[in-house]
Amino acid sequence: MAHATDAYVLKGGRVVDPRAGRDGHFDIRIENGLVAAIGKDLPLDDARVVEVPAGFVSTPGLIDMHVHLREPGQEHKETIATGTWSAVVGGFTGVACMPNTDPVNDSASVTQFILKRAAEAGFARVYPIGAVSLGSMGDQMTEMGDLRAAGCVAFTDDGKPVATALLMRRALEYAGMFDVPIIEHCEDPSLKGDGVAHEGAVAAMLGLRGIPGVAESIMAERDISLAEVTGGRIHVAHMSARQTMRAVRDGKSRGVRVTCEVAPHHFTLTDEALKDGAGYNTNLKMNPPLREEADRLAMIEGLRDGSVDIISTDHAPHHADEKALEFDRAPFGIVGLETCVPLCLDRLVHAGVISLSRLVELLSSNPASLLKIPGGTIAVGAPADLTVLAPDAPVTVRTAALVSKSKNSPFDAWQLRGATAATIVGGRVLYANPAVADAARFVAT
Amino acid sequence: MTAATKLRSRHLLGIAELDPDEIELILDTAVAMKEIGTRTIKKVPALRGRTVVNLFFEASTRTRLSFELAEKRLSADTMGITVAGSSVTKGETLADTARTLEAMSPDLIVIRHAASGSPHLLSTICKAGIVNAGDGTHEHPTQALLDALTMRERKGRLAGLKVAIVGDLLHSRVLRSNVLLLTKMGAEVRACGPATLIPLGLKALGVHVTTSIDEAVKDADVVMMLRVQHERMHGLFLPSLREYFSLFGLTPARLEHAASNVIVMHPGPMNRGVEIDSAVADGPWSVILDQVANGVAVRMAVLYLLAGEELT
Amino acid sequence: MPIVMDADRVGRSLTRIAHEILERNRGADNLALIGIRARGVPLAERLAANLKTAGGQDVPTGSLDITLYRDDLMKHQVGPQPILRCTDIPFSIDGRTILLVDDVLYTGRTIRAALDALIDFGRPNAIQLVVLVDRGHRELPIRADYVGRNVPTSRQQSVQVRLLEIDGRDEVEVDEVEGAS
Repeated sequence: MAHATDAYVLKGGRVVDPRAGRDGHFDIRIENGLVAAIGKDLPLDDARVVEVPAGFVSTPGLIDMHVHLREPGQEHKETIATGTWSAVVGGFTGVACMPNTDPVNDSASVTQFILKRAAEAGFARVYPIGAVSLGSMGDQMTEMGDLRAAGCVAFTDDGKPVATALLMRRALEYAGMFDVPIIEHCEDPSLKGDGVAHEGAVAAMLGLRGIPGVAESIMAERDISLAEVTGGRIHVAHMSARQTMRAVRDGKSRGVRVTCEVAPHHFTLTDEALKDGAGYNTNLKMNPPLREEADRLAMIEGLRDGSVDIISTDHAPHHADEKALEFDRAPFGIVGLETCVPLCLDRLVHAGVISLSRLVELLSSNPASLLKIPGGTIAVGAPADLTVLAPDAPVTVRTAALVSKSKNSPFDAWQLRGATAATIVGGRVLYANPAVADAARFVAT
Repeated sequence: MTAATKLRSRHLLGIAELDPDEIELILDTAVAMKEIGTRTIKKVPALRGRTVVNLFFEASTRTRLSFELAEKRLSADTMGITVAGSSVTKGETLADTARTLEAMSPDLIVIRHAASGSPHLLSTICKAGIVNAGDGTHEHPTQALLDALTMRERKGRLAGLKVAIVGDLLHSRVLRSNVLLLTKMGAEVRACGPATLIPLGLKALGVHVTTSIDEAVKDADVVMMLRVQHERMHGLFLPSLREYFSLFGLTPARLEHAASNVIVMHPGPMNRGVEIDSAVADGPWSVILDQVANGVAVRMAVLYLLAGEELT
Repeated sequence: MPIVMDADRVGRSLTRIAHEILERNRGADNLALIGIRARGVPLAERLAANLKTAGGQDVPTGSLDITLYRDDLMKHQVGPQPILRCTDIPFSIDGRTILLVDDVLYTGRTIRAALDALIDFGRPNAIQLVVLVDRGHRELPIRADYVGRNVPTSRQQSVQVRLLEIDGRDEVEVDEVEGAS
C-alpha cells in the first residue's frame, strides 16, 4: 500500500537490478509511492533530489521468505510490528512469515489477522505462508484455495516436516493447482530423535545428542522424488547439510521443480563455535544445527555455482529467559533479519564468493519469483520498494541494540563490512541507518 | 614442562580444560590427601569457614557421598541439594536456582546434572567456583582423575600404558573424560563398544576404536569397563542383555590375553553379568575398591586447589 | 649479603643440639623427631643420626606438612595454594616426647599450625621445638627449646636456610628484601 509522497529522485547512484539487466549508475524517480522513471540524467522538474553517496548501491527491496513473526500467540518473543520493523532495519522491504504461530496459520481468518496487523504496523510488507495440514499436525490438508485467496503465498508445516510421504504427495498435487510451492523443513524425525546439535566430533565431545546431516537429506530426497512424480514445486528450507545440497542438485539436473534456500548462519558458522568461551551458547542452537566445515563449504559452493536459489534468515526470535537454559532444554532458533545483509556482503561478496548482482538475486529477485509476489526488480509503475546498501560501511554487531524483540543472535561483537544504508517501502524512507555516514540524506528534511 | 603450582581456572568444568601439568598437580595433591584418610582423626582445617554446595539434579549416591566426605575431611561447611527427578522437571530454571544459591555466597558449587554443559551455564552466572560432578553425556572429570590416580598407583605411570575402555561409548561421560585425560598424559587408549554406541569423532582424539573386545584387551595394562544402562539394553541400540554379555562382557577367559599384571576398573555401579563377570569383578585383577578410596582423595585435592583463590 | 652460618657452623649446631636433647630428656628413650616440610625434614634426619652417634639409640623420625593447617590459606588474592606434600609419621605419637624440627622460627604461625596438626595425630607426653635459626618477631606466645643460632633481623629482611639435601650446600643467609630480588 503506497502512501502519496512528494516526488523525489535518487540521483547518480549505482543501481543493481539483475532481473532488469541493470548494473550501473542511474537516476530513479519516485512519485506517489511508485517508481515513476529510471534512467540516465532524468529531468528533475520540481522533484526533491537525493544525491546518492558514492559507493552506495540501490537494489530492488530485499525479501526474506523465511521469518517467524510469532504473532499471534507468542508476542513475548516478537510481534508483527517488531518483526517487520526488524526487517526494515535489516534492509528487507518484504517478509514471508511462517505459519507455526498459535493458532497455526491454517485458516483464512488467521491469514487475514496477520495481514491486518502488518498493515497497521506499516513497516515491511508481509506475505503469509499457510500450513500444509491443520494445526501442522500432519493429518488433514488445509483449505489451500481459501488460504491462497486470503493472501498466502506458499504452504509449509515448518518447524517440522510434512508428516508423511502421502500427505506431501497430496499437498504437492493440490498446491500445484494454484502453482504455489510447498516449503519443506527437511528432517527425518526418527534420525533427528532428541538431538540438539550436529552429529559430529564436536557434539560427541560436548556430550550433545546428534542430528545427522542425512536426517535432512533423506527427507529432501523423499520430497524431490514426490515433486518429480507430481510435477509440484518443492522448496527446501534452511538447507544445512552437504548431502542435501547434492540431493537438490541431482533433482535440478533431472528437471524437478526444486529450489532451496540457505540461512547466513549456515554459511558463516560451524559447530566448532559451540566450544567457544564457556561453551554451550544456546544462541548457537538452531534447527537444522550448525554443521561442520565440509557442510559450510558445500553451502558456499552452492551459492557460488547457482545451485542455491535464495538466502533467507529463518529469523526465529526467542525470549532471553527461554534461551538461558541448559543446552538440551533451550529452544532452537536465532534472530537473523538485522545481521543478514552485513554477513552476506562481508562473507560472500567481499570474500569473492559471489557478485553483488548475484546477491540481489538471492535476496530479492529469486524469492519474489518463487513466491510470485511483487518486487524483485525496480520496475516503472510498480511500488517503490528499494534497499540502499553501503557495501563498504563497517559494522559492529551489537545484539543488545537489535530492534527485534528478541536478541538471540550468536553474532554479537562481530565486525563486518557492509551495511544497509536505507530501506524504502512504497516510496517512503522507513529507515536510514544512523551508523552509516551520509545515510541521513535519504530522509526528507 | 614446568610443574603447575595452581590450577589456571577457578572452575573444574572438564578434563578438556586442563593441561597435563595441572593434572599432575591434582594427582600429586591427591596423594598427600590420601594420607589424611589413614589417620585416626581424618580431618584437616584447610577449608574451615568455606561453604560448599552439592547441587545434585541426578541421583548419584556414590559421587555425592564421595564429595561430601571430601568436603567434611577438609572442614568445609556443606549443603546438599538434591532435586528429585530428571532435568526436565518443570519449575525453577537452573539459572534461577543458581542465582538463589549465589545469594548464600557459597565458595564452591559441586553440580551433577543430566544436561551436558550445565556446569558451564552455572559458571557464567555464579561467582562461586564450579566443580563438574558429571554433566549429561559430556564429562565427569573427577572420575577420570581418580581413575588416573588408581592407574598411577598400580602402574607407576600413565604415559605408555595400554588402556582398553569397553562399553557404551556414546552415552558415557566417564569415557570422554578418561579419553581426554589419558591421551593428554600419553597413554594408548583403545575404545571398544557395539557399533551403535560409538560416537563419531572418537578416532580424531587419537583413540583406537574397535568393536572387538579381544582386540581391545590384547596386551592391555588396564581394562576399564563402562556401565551399560538398562534403558539402552533394548530398542534400537542393542538387541538384548544376553547378546551384549556374549559379545562385550569381560570374563576371565578374555582377560588371559591382556598383559600379565592387568588391572580391571569400573566406575560403578556395576551390572554383574552384563558388562562384567562376577569372577572378574571380585577377582585379583579388580581395583574397583581402590577407585572408591581414591575418589575421596582426588575430590579433596580438587576442592582444596580450587578454594585457594580469593574471589574478587 | 651476609652468611650468618656456614656449613661448619650448621653442623656444629646440630651436634650441640643433639647433646642438649639427650641431656634434657635424660637419654633418647621415648623420643621421636618430626620435621616440618620442607627443610625441617632433613634437619630432623640429621638430628636422628647425631642422636644415634651420641646416645647409641635409633630415634623414629617423621615428616609433617602443615599446609592444610595454615591460617593464611585463603588470603592469597590470586595465586597458588602452597603445594601439598605428604605427611609421613610412621609411628604413634601417643605418650612420646616429640621433637618438632623446623629451619627458621619467625612469627610462630607455622609452629602453631604444626602443633594443631600434631594434636590430630594423637596425644604426646610433650612437644619440644628445635630450630636452626631464631630470627625474632614472634606474633604468638611460642618459643624454641633448642636453637642453632639467634639471628637478630628486621622484618624487611629475609632469612634463607640452604641445606645440602635440598639446595646442594649448607648455609644461612640474611637478605635485604628491598631491591634484593
